Amino acid sequence: MNHALERAREGWHGFVWFFKGMMGENAYRDYLDFHRRAHPGVAPMTEREFWRDKTDRQDRNPQGRCC
Amino acid sequence: MSQTSAPLPGRDPDPDSTVLVQDPNLPPVALDPAVVDAEDRKWTPGKIAIWIGIALLGGVSWSMIAFVRGETINAIWFVFAAVCTYFIAYRFYSKYIENKLTKPNDMRATPAEYKADGKDYVATDRRVLYGHHFAAIAGAGPLVGPVLAAQMGYLPGTIWIIIGVILAGAVQDYLVLFFSMRRGGRSLGQMAREELGLIGGTAALIATLAIMIIIVAILALVVVNALGESPWGVFSVSMTIPIALFMGIYLRFLRPGKVSEVSIIGFVLLIAAIAGGGWIAETDWGSALFTLDRTTIAWGIIVYGFIAAVLPVWLLLAPRDYLSTFMKIGTIIMLAVAIVLVRPEINVPAFSEFAGRVDGPVVPGALWPFLFVTIACGALSGFHALISSGTTPKMLHKERQSRFIGYGGMLMESFVAIMALVAALSIDRGIYFAMNSSAAATGGTVEGAVAFVNSLGLAGVNLTPDMLTQLAENVGEESVVSRTGGAPTLAVGLAQIMQGLIGGLGMMGFWYHFAIMFEALFILTAVDAGTRVARFMLQDTIGNFIPQFKDVSWRPGVWICTAIMVAGWGYILILGVTDPLGGINTFFPLFGIANQLLAAIALAVCLAIVAKRGAFKYIWIVALPLAFASVITIWASILKIFSQDVRVGYWANNAAYRNALASGETSFGNAKSVAEMEAVVRNTTVQGTLSIVFVVLTIIVIATAIAATIRAWQRGGGISNEEPATVSATYAPAGLIATPAERELEKQWNQLPDELRLERAHHHGQRS
Repeated sequence: MNHALERAREGWHGFVWFFKGMMGENAYRDYLDFHRRAHPGVAPMTEREFWRDKTDRQDRNPQGRCC
Repeated sequence: MSQTSAPLPGRDPDPDSTVLVQDPNLPPVALDPAVVDAEDRKWTPGKIAIWIGIALLGGVSWSMIAFVRGETINAIWFVFAAVCTYFIAYRFYSKYIENKLTKPNDMRATPAEYKADGKDYVATDRRVLYGHHFAAIAGAGPLVGPVLAAQMGYLPGTIWIIIGVILAGAVQDYLVLFFSMRRGGRSLGQMAREELGLIGGTAALIATLAIMIIIVAILALVVVNALGESPWGVFSVSMTIPIALFMGIYLRFLRPGKVSEVSIIGFVLLIAAIAGGGWIAETDWGSALFTLDRTTIAWGIIVYGFIAAVLPVWLLLAPRDYLSTFMKIGTIIMLAVAIVLVRPEINVPAFSEFAGRVDGPVVPGALWPFLFVTIACGALSGFHALISSGTTPKMLHKERQSRFIGYGGMLMESFVAIMALVAALSIDRGIYFAMNSSAAATGGTVEGAVAFVNSLGLAGVNLTPDMLTQLAENVGEESVVSRTGGAPTLAVGLAQIMQGLIGGLGMMGFWYHFAIMFEALFILTAVDAGTRVARFMLQDTIGNFIPQFKDVSWRPGVWICTAIMVAGWGYILILGVTDPLGGINTFFPLFGIANQLLAAIALAVCLAIVAKRGAFKYIWIVALPLAFASVITIWASILKIFSQDVRVGYWANNAAYRNALASGETSFGNAKSVAEMEAVVRNTTVQGTLSIVFVVLTIIVIATAIAATIRAWQRGGGISNEEPATVSATYAPAGLIATPAERELEKQWNQLPDELRLERAHHHGQRS
């Protein structure tokens, strides 16, 4: 019983993880991971700055969506 | 094959790999190729049994579809035939391509690793990237084309969607993704310039731009046709704009980064808009306010397209993207669950009366070659090459994952096309033709439609007026006659299937408008993004002469180039909406031809690359789909340009109407006045000219690719434009499910201290 509950919980977490990944919500976390490794000691962008930067870069470098 | 000169890369096409030495402090960054090979070749009884089972089920399903001729056929056989064929093609054919042609090397770092910037170049978990890639390639295309092709019966479309994807579409997506990855994520245009030289590269660029304009125009036409005279549809689709604006502001100022949260809020609002639309369309003021004719809606989309493309991304495009992605996941799951649970019966013949004729009322032209251009997305879509050489190659974690993402992603899109086909096939054939024949044929009235459809002499079709009025009432529309473009038909099919599952007839209007909503959402996002990309390309091109245009933050340049692009597709859209011959049926072939020509261009670039790698023995893997795509599209273009049959040839029709005008006639064919006759002359001129432009540009690109291939063949290879190999310092499995050896290696990496790992292993809930 407990085991099944554990499995269900894991499954739910897996779904949430996939869903957030697919929606692109993990972008800031990935950036922090990268930043910490590549530029240790330098303050990273804040979450707000990061998302602004992200959409502003899309403005300058548009990507197509398919038909 | 004469492979005499030059140091030909024989066994190993990747000479750099021999000099790559990995960090000895790390676990292996790649599985030993011998281990991979051994795992592939190890056939346990269980594995053999599973594959025999898949092959048997697939074989039985194909027999049911192709040979058994009962009264009806159950939709589930289409699903089984498709899925089993995909599994076999993925496991055996794409593996063959990997072993013989691409030969990925996990010792090499991908652009996401060696160019990592934490923003665009980010190594992404393969399962997430699969979803990302799929969401980027799938749109309204695979939902529309198969619906229109259903006029020829169910078998031609089914065979082309399934066989086409495994031999052509998925091969193209995979190869473009792989080659772009090896080139640091370069775009198709840049690769064409590099591999084909100045002439081929320039032709490819102009062709891409022209193709983009026509694709945006025809997609917009599909939306206009779905929303014309439909207050419910107009209201709920217009509501997506304030919803997206709200989401944009929410993400920018209130809670940055809470993407899932805002998407769920947006989705709930969207559902409310659909439900509210039904209520508003019932009221007098709502019906008066939101019942718009097609020309007004077309102008609305043109104005919207311009504003959306100059507004900052965060305000409209980004939130629309989130909504669109959210709806894509939901729609696919809904379609699959509905078809598997409801298993509708299909009573359309395998080959219909129109399979061998040129006068099909939905799209004109014979099966050969027009089936293959009517169904573009889902079987082979050139547009995907722009995505596969765009964001996705910059996010690949390991080289060997390109097969799962590229080839596998396209299989999923093909599956969507099969489900759309099934949904369209499940509705009554009489209704199908009443909905998809142009108003020029039906007169736009129930009586006209009934008379027209019954006069077609279709076996087993006996359409009555109340079938049409009853359906219109069920889906909450004024009329369903001549709702061309494919989207409304798919919506009816889906609503019919879904109401059997949830809600019954009372919910049918909701499901219908839900389907219209997601198609409109996908298309409007594509219109916005397509306009931006086209503008960007134009700015870049003009920038070669007037440097200021290259500055993408220079507003006048942005506005001028956006206006030019919107004028381009807007003009064609208006022509389509006001076309006396129907619009979709005359313009849709251009959409398919354009998309397939882009595929031919992408495959031509791949051909040149494969030749330069010296892999002549396996060049047929690319040459086969390239030859097929070239033949069907060039042949279709030639028919459209030179055919003397007025139902097929643009110029033949043009001449017929010009002659009629010259001899002073005041009505001719479907045109009821001189003004309409003049409109036909103008439209066929535009269509015929575009056909010529597309086919000439494509022939130039293919010719330069063949020339590059022959040059490479004479030299036994060529100079590679790949980025130099750098050694990888990270590891991840290749496919959806890790093999035992991959799991073993993954475990070693997971035990590694955090600082040594480039990529955090994304374990479920590890940091949620």
